[in-house]
Amino acid sequence: MTAALLFAQVEKVATPKLDWAATAPLLILCGAALLLLLISSLTTSRPARGTYAVITVLASAFAIGTAGVLWARVTDAERGAFTTAAGALTVDGFSVFFIVVISLGIALSALLADDYLRRENLDGPELYVLMLLSGAGGIVMAMANDLIVVFLGLETLSIALYVMAGFNRRRAESRESAMKYFVLGAFSSAFLLYGIAFIYGATGSTNLGDIAGFLNANTLEHTGLLLGGFALLLVGFGFKASAVPFHVWTPDVYQGAPTPVTAFMASASKAAAFAALLRVFVSTFAEYRLDWQPLIWGIAVLTLVVGSVLAIVQTDVKRMMAYSSISHAGFILVGVQAATAQGVSAALFYVLSYTFMIVGTFGVATLVSGKGDEHHGLEAYRGLSRRRPGLALTFTVFLLAQAGVPLTSGFLAKFYVIGAAVDAHSYALALIAMLSSVVSAFLYLRIVVAMYMTDEEGAEPGPRVRVPLGAGVALGLAVAFTVVVGILPQQVVHWADRAIPVVLASGR
Amino acid sequence: MSDFLQAYLTVAVFGGTAGLLIAGVLGLGRLIRPSRPNPDKLTTYESGVDPVGSGFSQSQVRYYIFALLFVLFDVEAVFIFPWAVGLETYSYFGLVEMGIFVFILVLGLVYAWRKGVLRWV
Repeated sequence: MTAALLFAQVEKVATPKLDWAATAPLLILCGAALLLLLISSLTTSRPARGTYAVITVLASAFAIGTAGVLWARVTDAERGAFTTAAGALTVDGFSVFFIVVISLGIALSALLADDYLRRENLDGPELYVLMLLSGAGGIVMAMANDLIVVFLGLETLSIALYVMAGFNRRRAESRESAMKYFVLGAFSSAFLLYGIAFIYGATGSTNLGDIAGFLNANTLEHTGLLLGGFALLLVGFGFKASAVPFHVWTPDVYQGAPTPVTAFMASASKAAAFAALLRVFVSTFAEYRLDWQPLIWGIAVLTLVVGSVLAIVQTDVKRMMAYSSISHAGFILVGVQAATAQGVSAALFYVLSYTFMIVGTFGVATLVSGKGDEHHGLEAYRGLSRRRPGLALTFTVFLLAQAGVPLTSGFLAKFYVIGAAVDAHSYALALIAMLSSVVSAFLYLRIVVAMYMTDEEGAEPGPRVRVPLGAGVALGLAVAFTVVVGILPQQVVHWADRAIPVVLASGR
Repeated sequence: MSDFLQAYLTVAVFGGTAGLLIAGVLGLGRLIRPSRPNPDKLTTYESGVDPVGSGFSQSQVRYYIFALLFVLFDVEAVFIFPWAVGLETYSYFGLVEMGIFVFILVLGLVYAWRKGVLRWV
């Protein structure tokens, strides 16, 4: 009563309209994180095994469900894409696509983490909470319609990841990787922020729609500030996507971090980086693509070559896969460099199939490493086909998919990005991509050979490998996707084609 | 020189003046003061108790958690003060928003409590 009287006198502050359906995936992920904390603080007894993982997976599934509803809305020809929260977030096919990719990354990594945490005696809700919050940050990056919102999402994503990398605090490598990632990540955030300041200086706005409108309507007299901004933004995004020469942290951090966290880093975090890169560069700076395309060209070539060549000399499988994930980033950059709708759609297809491949790969590494997360050398995989034929076959599928063997999603992903590069007349880049794919095939086959064609006589048998339920489900899903999409890609291609990012001015 | 850089000239002039001023005052002091070195002047406290042990000793790590919790509520206060001033214009929307914000922070405190952080070990 008194409160009503008090409030009645004054003019109300105008709050921006928020589309609840559009922000539902974000709210579900953050809400699930809070719920996990609440459960763990208020219950006195330990909850049943796997409760936290199940809640995390359910939350991701709900997020994907709401994304499905949104997809129907934004691909409807009459309604189309829109912005919400005062032009801070864009809801288009592209955002929805990445909501699905990142939620899948969370769900699959949570399934892997379930048994890992119990094995390492670290069970608790914290890793899941961080994973959900980090994923929410990634989704903010993918939806952002404003450079400041991109930065906000990036920080939410990264800060949770720094903690996750050091989660296995009894292992010195884990702590070391967290420290390295934190110091270098903070450094790269500064670059990104400086780039945003440059772009603001050149165009007078941080809103992507306004920037695109300004660049379309005006010709800049001095482009120095804008080009400097491009370069600094590329450093920031390139770091998160682990593109060469901003990749130096990747092998160390991927190797040191708990393996399920590595799976999350390689899938969801990298997807978010490419989401921001695609929306900011391909859509917003489309007018200046002749200026930034050579930059991406150079980075893509370096990433492809360095990733494939350095992967060969590694002996630690986790480190090998870190370099291989660098070379995958190079392939996605080939799609980005094309800067056409075809290139973007190819990059999206690549990101989705890569998510399943890499989570599966690190999933197998989680299981093989055994207690203590120690056995990552090639010798741990020797003779795996005899000890665990199913697991060895699963790993072979992921490795062949990464190598780009036909009938797997990896082949089509590589085919589409290279096709997009050829159609955009980047013949040299397409050629380098194909050659580096051949080079990296050696590395994948080396692991397959170790698993199948090594005599175990004389050599001591590797550690016993258990396949728990959660990890089994995650690996099964990843294999099913990799093979089914490898044979019947039409539906996924159709989705990727309709998920081209649009840039809307803040007024709408 | 462009207008953009010219605006920054003020900053450079200010910085230069500040540097000169400090150098001038300290330099002048050095020129006119007498110099009588004495080992007592180099001790940590010229008067009072003699320092014991090395300066490089380990400090209590447990303080850092209290510092973290303090930061939590410090930041909360930073947001609540301007909110309280403008509460009338925010109306019920602001009330609910702040309720959610405080709820999330309290959740953090409850979590810390359950983890036994508030117990002095």
